[in-house]
Amino acid sequence: MPEPFRVILFIIFVMAFAGLNAAYLVWCERKGAAHVQRRIGPKEVGPYGLLQPIADGIKLMTKQLFLPKGADPILFMVAPLMVMVPAIMSFCVIPFSETFVAREINIGLLLIFAFASVNVLGLLLGAWGSANKYAVIAAARTVSQNVAYEIPMLITVITMVMVTNTMNLNEIVRSQAGWFFHWHIFRLDISLLMPVSFLIFFVCSLAETNRAPFDMAEAESELIAGVYTEYPGMGFGVFFMGEYANIVIGAALAVILFLGGWQSPIPFNPAGFLGVFWGLFWFLLKLYTLIFTVIWIRWTYPRTQFYELLNLSWKVLIPISLFNLILTALQIKIFPWL
Amino acid sequence: MNGLLQQDVNQETFTLNLGPQHPATHGVLRVKLVMDGEYIVEAEPVLGYIHRMHEKMGENRTWVKFLPNCGRMDYLCALSYNHGYVGAVERAAGIEVPERAEYLRVITVELNRISSHLLWFGAFVLDLGGFTPLLYAFDDREFILDLLESVTGSRLTYCYFRFGGVYNDIDDAFIAGTREFIKRQRKRMPMYDALVTKNIILIKRLKEIGHISKDMAKRYGATGPVARGSGINFDVRKTEPYSVYSEFDFDVPVYEEGDSMARYMVRMDEIEQSMRIIEQALDKLPEGEIKPKKAVKLVKPEKGDYYHAVEAARGSFGVRLVSDGTNTAYRLKLRSPTFSNLSLYGEVSRGMLLPDALALMGSLDLVIPEIDR
Repeated sequence: MPEPFRVILFIIFVMAFAGLNAAYLVWCERKGAAHVQRRIGPKEVGPYGLLQPIADGIKLMTKQLFLPKGADPILFMVAPLMVMVPAIMSFCVIPFSETFVAREINIGLLLIFAFASVNVLGLLLGAWGSANKYAVIAAARTVSQNVAYEIPMLITVITMVMVTNTMNLNEIVRSQAGWFFHWHIFRLDISLLMPVSFLIFFVCSLAETNRAPFDMAEAESELIAGVYTEYPGMGFGVFFMGEYANIVIGAALAVILFLGGWQSPIPFNPAGFLGVFWGLFWFLLKLYTLIFTVIWIRWTYPRTQFYELLNLSWKVLIPISLFNLILTALQIKIFPWL
Repeated sequence: MNGLLQQDVNQETFTLNLGPQHPATHGVLRVKLVMDGEYIVEAEPVLGYIHRMHEKMGENRTWVKFLPNCGRMDYLCALSYNHGYVGAVERAAGIEVPERAEYLRVITVELNRISSHLLWFGAFVLDLGGFTPLLYAFDDREFILDLLESVTGSRLTYCYFRFGGVYNDIDDAFIAGTREFIKRQRKRMPMYDALVTKNIILIKRLKEIGHISKDMAKRYGATGPVARGSGINFDVRKTEPYSVYSEFDFDVPVYEEGDSMARYMVRMDEIEQSMRIIEQALDKLPEGEIKPKKAVKLVKPEKGDYYHAVEAARGSFGVRLVSDGTNTAYRLKLRSPTFSNLSLYGEVSRGMLLPDALALMGSLDLVIPEIDR
């Protein structure tokens, strides 16, 4: 396919994927929550309430966009975009299947983390710009939380880069080809603490995306709606979409780094056009299983206390991930043939 | 640019207005907080947003006409308030109550206490960020509401007790339904234990947080689960038994720790104790009348000063009547437990983090219309 068409096609695909994901993850979340809580959930709009996200979208878009008194107009308007845009950008390096990737960049992993750290800036500026005390408290929490959790997350990622020797996401997936026990999470021969690495990465991605039990940015029973308190209509809607896009990115990274990305659990890869969908199928299956876990956790656990959250990062996750890094380095040095 | 944040940049503390519309205050309570970062320097509860002058109403309507008001103070445990007022008037006017009526009162009040504790449990975990237990608790509570609806005719603001008896007798369906509810609830409690009580996040949020010492609880006149969570063995049902409570065998759960967890545990244990009382009451239920043959319409207590206290779900609810011998009260003072329980909030929350302080507020089990009356 000629390059300009490919780019346009992927732009449309990525934006549609991010948008639809946000809309339908909300639906999944509401249905999932309803199931956990023995309710029915959305059911009136369309079959099984499937048109509910669209109705919600229309409602949010038609709401008046007003500026709270004393707010900084530029920051207030730009902040939601600063959450949404980097999340969409990150999608362009995610390999949905071997050939189904917008740009195979050698530093894909680095690019995602570079963009991911813009997210918290958006939350902080939005909260500051809306001139609300609850929002600022939530923003201060979010910033320290993100700083704390980025460290163990990045240490784990460095461990994985050491193992795979590349930052190209597609290469990382290719190195896990074959049976499912070739996926990194099961490769105890490379690093003894591989499942622990996965757990650390998963917990950190929950914290990074401000999901329960680490949802300090919203904390609805303490800080009303946290950072989003003053946001009306689509300002809130865009924040929300950004949040869900970030969840997808976090889960996608976990799948790529640990669960074999688009690799099927059995060594069977149909060639050609079918192969694209075969990979896509496995990738999305793993992705949504992880996302379902995230939803499940949210509707089961209460929120952590803020200092417990920081304690968990500084006193537990960082030492373990550092130890893991050293252990893996030693293992690679001592058994270089593995 | 004269936003909130631009003012007084140099001052180290700021004022945070919590409520009257805040999700954690569960009603129209307003708390003025002086904050240093996320630490509370000073907390001042501001009351009166739902003040309806119940006491004054009691002074200018007849004794009987005040009955419906009792269900509208603490809407979660309305029957205890019925019991308190009816008991006070009966004591003042010397009205005899048939034994069966007293048994019915105990059964319905204890059911109401369980429903109140279940709702508190759900709302409290909601304050801590867990949404699901709320709906489970509402599911259980629905059974009780159906049962109580079948005998009292209402689901929330009951007006079931009459001077000298109760309004309606229970039938076999109610007894069978209550026994079934108890059986079901006994199966549900281990689930709550596993899902909530033993959850590490919850324990970390409640243990050793919001400490109320024995001395402080006494100083502020705290009663109910708040006092019992601080190691004070005080339950009106035991210390000065009213109605037929002395005939039942039940324990008063007391925890010495005084933290939010202790108050949580007291309430969870009380659900089991209330179920024990109901079971015994159903077993012993005597036959007989449920109200006096001739309805008590004209009550004229003799001149004097009377006090009657009952154990409501939130603590000791007292009614002080001053009668001048006419058909209205000269003075009707209602002592509501949460008013005293809330008054210690300012002292306890000093120096706490905001989320901890909100957990503390949840553990006090506030019902705002009952504070304001």
